Amino acid sequence: MQPFAPLAELARGLRAREFSSRELTRSFLDRIRDHNATLNCFITVDEDRALAQADAADQRLAEGGATALTGIPIAHKDVFCTAGLRTTCGSRMLANFRAPYDATAVARLDAAGAVTLGKTNMDEFAMGSSNENSHFGPVANPWDPARVPGGSSGGSAAAVAAGLTPLATGTDTGGSIRQPAAFCGVTGIKPTYGRVSRYGMVAFASSLDQGGVFAASAAEAAVALAVMSGFDPLDSTSADQVDPWLNGLGDSHLAAPAEAPVIGLPRQYFEGLQDGGAALEDARRTLEKAGCRFVDVDLPHTDAAIPAYYIIAGAEASTNLSRYDGVRFGHRCENPQSLEDLYRRSRTEGFGAEVKRRILTGTYALSVGYFDAYYLKAQKLRRLIQNDFLAAFGSVDLILAPTTPGTAFPQGDLTDDPVAMYQQDIFTTPASLAGLPAMSVPCGFADGLPLGLQLIGPHFGERAVLETAALYQQHTDWHTRHPGAYA
Amino acid sequence: MSWEAVIGLEVHVQLATRSKIFSGASTAFGAEPNSQACAVDLGLPGVLPVVNGEAVRMAVKFGLAIGAEIAPFSVFDRKNYFYPDLPKGYQISQFAHPIVGRGELAVAMPDGSEKIVGITRAHLEEDAGKSVHDAYAGMTGIDLNRAGTPLLEVVSEPDIRTPEEAAAYFRQRHTLVRYLGICDGNLAEGSMRCDANVSVRERGAAEFGVRTEIKNINSFRFVERAIAYEIERQIDVLESGGRIVRETRLYDHERDETRSMRTKEESDDYRYFPDPDLLPVHIDQALLEAVREELPELPAARRHRYVETLGLSAYDAGWLTQEPETAAYFEAVVAAGGDAKLSANWVMGELSAALNRDERAITDSPVTPDQLAGLIARLQDDTLSSRTAKTLFEGLWAGEGEVDEIIEARGLKQVSDTGELKAIVERVVADNPGQVEQFRAGKDKVLGFFVGQVMKATQGKANPKQVNELLQEALKP
Repeated sequence: MQPFAPLAELARGLRAREFSSRELTRSFLDRIRDHNATLNCFITVDEDRALAQADAADQRLAEGGATALTGIPIAHKDVFCTAGLRTTCGSRMLANFRAPYDATAVARLDAAGAVTLGKTNMDEFAMGSSNENSHFGPVANPWDPARVPGGSSGGSAAAVAAGLTPLATGTDTGGSIRQPAAFCGVTGIKPTYGRVSRYGMVAFASSLDQGGVFAASAAEAAVALAVMSGFDPLDSTSADQVDPWLNGLGDSHLAAPAEAPVIGLPRQYFEGLQDGGAALEDARRTLEKAGCRFVDVDLPHTDAAIPAYYIIAGAEASTNLSRYDGVRFGHRCENPQSLEDLYRRSRTEGFGAEVKRRILTGTYALSVGYFDAYYLKAQKLRRLIQNDFLAAFGSVDLILAPTTPGTAFPQGDLTDDPVAMYQQDIFTTPASLAGLPAMSVPCGFADGLPLGLQLIGPHFGERAVLETAALYQQHTDWHTRHPGAYA
Repeated sequence: MSWEAVIGLEVHVQLATRSKIFSGASTAFGAEPNSQACAVDLGLPGVLPVVNGEAVRMAVKFGLAIGAEIAPFSVFDRKNYFYPDLPKGYQISQFAHPIVGRGELAVAMPDGSEKIVGITRAHLEEDAGKSVHDAYAGMTGIDLNRAGTPLLEVVSEPDIRTPEEAAAYFRQRHTLVRYLGICDGNLAEGSMRCDANVSVRERGAAEFGVRTEIKNINSFRFVERAIAYEIERQIDVLESGGRIVRETRLYDHERDETRSMRTKEESDDYRYFPDPDLLPVHIDQALLEAVREELPELPAARRHRYVETLGLSAYDAGWLTQEPETAAYFEAVVAAGGDAKLSANWVMGELSAALNRDERAITDSPVTPDQLAGLIARLQDDTLSSRTAKTLFEGLWAGEGEVDEIIEARGLKQVSDTGELKAIVERVVADNPGQVEQFRAGKDKVLGFFVGQVMKATQGKANPKQVNELLQEALKP
C-alpha cells in the first residue's frame, strides 16, 4: 500500500472497498514498527486499539454513514488526552498518566471514524523548538536523522513526513506546528485561537495554545481541521462561531480562492532570514502568475514578539503546571519526608530542565514588584503586535512570510543556548500572540533540507489561508517530495 | 487610657447552586469523600473551568440587595499557592475586578437600633477541598468534594466597633442571604464562615492600629467571643508596653482564646493574574433588570414595615424578620386574622419555645398559622384565659384537632357566668376564715391565695378579671 497516497485516494479506496481500514491501518502500523526505532516519533502505539477502531470503521463503511475521515489513520500529539491510551506530554511527570476522558478534538475525530495509530513525541509540555526536550528522547528529522525535526510537535511532523501516518494532530503555542512542518517539509496549520477546543489538551500557555493538524497538503489539512474545530461548551475560550465553509468541507478538494488575494510581505520578516530568500521569491512569482497581488506591509513591533511571548507563555505555564505536585496523579517521589519534600522532589524529578527554566522565569514575571515590569508590559506589547496585524489586514487579505529563519539545525547545536533556541520562533510567535490563523507550506529546499513559507490570515480567515495554500500547491510540487529513506 | 476597637469582617457565603462554580459536579454536603469531585475539580491535565451562570446571578442578586454597583465586566484571577487540598495549585478568585462593588448593609442591633456598615466589595471564588487529619493514623487524607464550591466573599469596611456589632453584622448578613435564597445558611456545615480583622486604637485617634486577622469563625456566638478576646488581648499587650504583630490567628472555642497561626511580616505573594482559561464576566442591563425583579422584600424593609404599619416594637420586628421562614409564618398568622401584637407574642413565645424544645423548624410546625390565629381570636373574645390558651396550644401541638374541637373536648371555655362564679367565690371565702381575717387586717397579698383557690376550683377556667372583682366584693368587711 502506498504510504504517501493522497487522502482523497485513501477515502475513495475505502469507500470502494478496494481495501479495508484494517488493511490500511495495518500498513501504517507496520511502517511505524519499521521506522520508529530510528525516528522515535511515537511515544505510544496501541496496535490492538487501532485495529479495533479500524474494524468499527470498516463496519461503518459497509453500513453507511461514513465521513471523509472514516477509516483514515491519524496520530495524536501526546498533549491530547485520550481515554484508554496514556498521555505523557513528553514528560516523566506524566509517564504513566491515563486520562479518563478524551480531548474534544480527539473525540470529534473519533466520532468521524478516524483511526488512532498512537501518540506522538513532543517537547516536554510543548516547551521547545527542537523536540530535544522530551523525556522519551529526541525525534530525528526524516530528511537527515542528525538534525532536529523542530518542535514542539516534532513527532507529528516527522511521522507525516516519513509516511508513518497520513494525518497527525499538533498544537501550536508559539510555532509548535508551523516550525516542525517547515523543518520536515509537510503542511501544518495553526487555526485562529478559539477555533479548536482546548478541552483535554494539556495546557502549556492557555491564552496561546491552539490545536491544529499536519498533512501532506492544505486540502488534506482542511478536511481534518473541519472535523476538529467548532464551539465547545467545555472550553470558555472556544469561539462560538459557525463557519459554514469549513463545516461544509466534505472531501479533500479545495477550490481556488474566488478572487485572487492581495498578499502582504512584511519587510521585518525578511531582514532576519538565513536560508530560503530565493525560495520565497520563487513562491511569490508563482502566486503572482496565479493572479495574486503583492504589496509590502509593515509590522513594526515584530522584534518585541519573542520577549513578550516568552514572558506571557512562561507566566501562564508557571501556574498551569502547579497542579503537578505529586499529590493526586503523575510522578511522586519515593518516600517523602514532609509535604515540602513531596513537592520539591516530585517536581524536581518529574520535570526536565527546560520546563523548570520556564516555571522559574514565569514565576518571576508574576511576582510582586516585577509584575508591572514584565507581565503587564508583555501584555501591552502583545496588544501592539495585534494592532500591527489589524492595521496590515486593512489593506491586504493575507500575509506571506518565512516560517523559520533557516532550515532544520543539527541536534545538540542550540541546546546550551536557550536564547538562540528561542530566536527560532521569531517568525511564528507574532501570529500566536495575535491569535491569528497561520500555516506553513513546503516551498523548496536548501542543501537538501525543506523550507517552509508561512501564510497568516485575519481572525477566522482560515478559508483564505487554506485556499491560497491550495492554489500554491496546485502550481508547485514541493509538498509531494518525500525523504529518500522513506519514499 | 480609653481604647476603641476597629473591626472589619470578611464573610464567605457558600452559594446554594446545585453544581460547582466551574464544573458540573454536585455541591451536596456530606457525601463519601471524593465522590463529588470530577475531573475539573481534581485539576486533571487538560481540563478547563466553565463558569456557572447561576453563581453569577446569585452574586448579582446579592449586589443589588446591598445597593452596590455591579461591575459590567469582572475578571477571574488565579491566586497561586501550594496546598494539598488545592488541586490546581491555584484558586480561581477575583482580585482586581470583583463582580460587586461598594454597597452597604443596615444592621439590626440587639437593642433595636440600626447601624449602617459599608461593604467594600464582594467577589466570586471557588472553595478548596478539605484536609482530613483524623481518618488515617499518621497520615492526612484529602477530600475534594468541597473543591470548586462557589463562594461569595463579602468584605466589609472597618466600620464595626464592638464584638456585639460584629455578631449583629454577621447575623444580618446571614438573614440577608437567606432572604435572597442564595445560601442555605447552615453554619454547622460551613455554609457561612467569616474572618475578622481586628485592631485597637486610642479612642479618638485618627490612625488605625496594627491589625490581626482571626480566621474561619463559623458561629454568631464565636464571632462575638473571638473578637472580644482578641480586643482584650491587644489592649493587654499595648498597655504592658508591647506592640501588636500583624498576623493570622485562630479562635479556639474550647479554650475561648485566639492563637497565632502565622505572622504576616513576610507577606504572601499569590502572584495574582487574570485566568486565561476564563473570559471576563459580562453583566448586561437585561440580566440586571431580570434579577432586580426577583428580589424579595428585604429584611430591613420588612423590619421597618412591621414597626410602621403593624405597630410592633423595633426589637420584635428585628426578631421576627431574622429568618424569612419566621417572618412568613408570622405574616400568615396576621393574614388569618391574628392581632399583630398578640401574633408576635405567640410566635416569639410559646411557638418558638415549643419549636426549640422539639428541635423543629418553623416550616415544620405542627401548629399551623391558621390555628394560631384561631387561638388568638378565642383569646380576644374571652373564650380563653391566657392559661387555657396555653393548654389549647399544647393540644394543637399534639395534634388533638382544631381550635374549637379542643376547647370543647378539654373543656377549656372560660367560666364567665357571674352566678356560677359568685357561688364558688363565696364558698372559698366561707371555707377560709383565717385568711379572710388576715386580708381584712390589711394583708393585701392574701388576695392571691383566694384567686388561686378559685382557679383551682374552676380548673383554671375562670375569667381572672371577674374573679378579682367578685373576690373584692366578697371580702369587704
